[in-house]
Amino acid sequence: MKHLLSIEQLSREEIEAILDRAESFAEVGRRDIKKVPTLRGRTVVSLFYEASTRTSSSFDLAAKRLSADLVSVKAAGSSVEKGESLKDTVATLSAYDPAAIVIRHPYAGAAQMVAGWTAAAVVNAGDGKHEHPSQALLDVYTLRRRLGSLQGVRIWIVGDVLHSRVARSNLVAFGKMGAEVTVCGPPTLIPRGIEELGCDVSHSLEGIEEAEVVYALRMQKERMSESFVPSLREYAAIFQIDTRRLSPRQLLMHPGPVNRGVELSGEAIDSPQSLIAEQVAAGLVVRMAILYELLAGGESAPAGEGEGSRPTPIGTPA
Amino acid sequence: MSLTDVLDVRPGEDAHLVLRRATVLDPVVGIDSVHDVVVRDGKIAALAAPGEAETDGAEVVEGEGLHVFPAFFDPHVHLRTPGHEHKEDIETGTRAAAAGGYCGILAMANTEPPVSTPADITSLREQARAGASIPVGFLATVTRDMQGTELTEMVELREAGAIGFSDDGLPIADAGVMRRALQYQHLCGGNIALHEEDPRLSMGGAMHEGPVSAALGLAAIPSVSESTLVARDAALAGYENARIHVQHLSAAESVEIVRAAKAAGVQISAEASPHHLCLTDEEVRSLDPHRFKMNPPLREERDRQALIEGLRDGTIECIATDHAPHQPEEKDVPFEQAAFGVTGLETAFAALHTDLVLPGVIDLGLLVERMAGGAEPFDLARPSLEPGAEANVVLCDLGAEWTVGEDGYESRSANSWCAGRTLTGRVLMTVAAGQVAFRLRSFSLGVAA
Repeated sequence: MKHLLSIEQLSREEIEAILDRAESFAEVGRRDIKKVPTLRGRTVVSLFYEASTRTSSSFDLAAKRLSADLVSVKAAGSSVEKGESLKDTVATLSAYDPAAIVIRHPYAGAAQMVAGWTAAAVVNAGDGKHEHPSQALLDVYTLRRRLGSLQGVRIWIVGDVLHSRVARSNLVAFGKMGAEVTVCGPPTLIPRGIEELGCDVSHSLEGIEEAEVVYALRMQKERMSESFVPSLREYAAIFQIDTRRLSPRQLLMHPGPVNRGVELSGEAIDSPQSLIAEQVAAGLVVRMAILYELLAGGESAPAGEGEGSRPTPIGTPA
Repeated sequence: MSLTDVLDVRPGEDAHLVLRRATVLDPVVGIDSVHDVVVRDGKIAALAAPGEAETDGAEVVEGEGLHVFPAFFDPHVHLRTPGHEHKEDIETGTRAAAAGGYCGILAMANTEPPVSTPADITSLREQARAGASIPVGFLATVTRDMQGTELTEMVELREAGAIGFSDDGLPIADAGVMRRALQYQHLCGGNIALHEEDPRLSMGGAMHEGPVSAALGLAAIPSVSESTLVARDAALAGYENARIHVQHLSAAESVEIVRAAKAAGVQISAEASPHHLCLTDEEVRSLDPHRFKMNPPLREERDRQALIEGLRDGTIECIATDHAPHQPEEKDVPFEQAAFGVTGLETAFAALHTDLVLPGVIDLGLLVERMAGGAEPFDLARPSLEPGAEANVVLCDLGAEWTVGEDGYESRSANSWCAGRTLTGRVLMTVAAGQVAFRLRSFSLGVAA
């Protein structure tokens, strides 16, 4: 695997390999010294064209835990504001010979284009409303830890599917892992033709009790002014996941950041069924695993820095 | 009537040619046999028995195994002049057209500034007489500067030589303005070519709405964005007894509406573009904006099939490229940010021959007929091989394979939807209004006899 551009590109085996790797990093995370020397001397560029807290911070921390040198570029305050094109920015950063570029961009296909412009491994940290593969991987990781396997597990993804790259990546990832997915939301926020990705479609929460996992999506305020929903109040009345609608045996997930009182009630967020904090923790180890798989794993691993041609195995504290 | 009575071209020498023993096909006139084609004094001088034509002083081209068709006519080209000459100009655009086998094209008016005044038309016609390889005509905008609110001075524009009118690139969103234009057509004449798209339905879309857009998460342009406006304008044209030409049909529903309007007696003509006839939105999965981002967007297989059926039954009388040149910096960006449009003049015939004729979807005669079908909706003479007609002739090698872009392009821009593809069928020579407008460099001609 040269790049991580989409979930679509991954086989179930590749997904499982990343998750297994993440398990071993979780073990490292329980030690006092949480850093390993795997990527020592190698450079990771993180290039974010959109605001992000958890994705950018967890990729940054993942690179540091692997001992890589990190260059973190945000569009705000950079040459992007001076009108530099994506292609030129990538060429500039590629001059530092990075091993990986992690990119978040507001438009679909950006990561794929970047992969064509640089020798570095490219990680898609979200491209428009297209894909967010690292989020899907950390969600699968979280669920696998809880349930052992996703085979036959029924998952409902509820909310603004139309504008959500998380919904798209997760729907595909959950499906590849054997889960049965239903997407649920008002007809204005469910893209036409989504069922061809292999999911059921529902326009109400009726029947949600069949789900073992309820995955709520962020509902943005501007959807109201664009007439997708008449009001957030009406949306919440029909689609909000609260403790009345969530049964004690169901698991609740959300990619964050949450609009408390819109897609989720405060009680639901803080309920024992909520995996939201576990998802954030999983984000770090899964992103470490992604960088490891791309830069040090597999046959095509470049020569390791220092003594041998193989990368330093994890487990030796730096 | 000849094309140069109305269109403008750089003056040149009339060719004197004998295309010997070529297979001559003009389905409209009913010719399909081997002849010597004699071109002289701007006309098809004779179709002689094979090997029998007098060659006195003519350049003789050995045409055995090659095909001669009436040259093609494209009613929908963006020459980007004035204002965007870095993408295309009259010289490069007409050269690209000649290389594609065209003897005439119509240029769209969505330039910068748009072609909205008689002086704009006069200036473009002068430039065409200075630099156009083949006859070119210019449309003027329907509304002033394409604002969609006030009509241009359509009578004076016609007097200056505007072939017709179009706000192409944008729809005429206001039904009231559209209706006035159709009423006014009874005074000024000239067809009105329409880019049919309801901007409120296609708002911000980058591709066709369907399973592929759902999978890619791209904002999408639904088929009804086009078909509802086609229906509106067919109704208005019927009501006002006016004439419209619907550009680049892309959706099955639109084809059905045009078919029904024709059956009801509405004066409506329609075109389809080679990329819509050959490709579907599945291509967009590559997220390659250079080849696959255009408006209207590539749609689904059922739409493509409906367009092909429309070509067959005459609902769609012509193929038009919507040749839309762009520079790399407008395409080397993520799909949603990239400019709409692909080039098509140099590949239209070869692509349709490769994708539709060779697999047996349509026959060669139908393709040849539709490739020249764009003249009549604009009151221009259809290119013909009938002896005595203006010499508008294309010589093709239907067996020749070539890779698009390998030797560069005549167009100033490289955003060809066929880039990198190997096509079968190549234009070797184009005669437009009696002049040799193009010959393939590697194609060696016979010696003068």
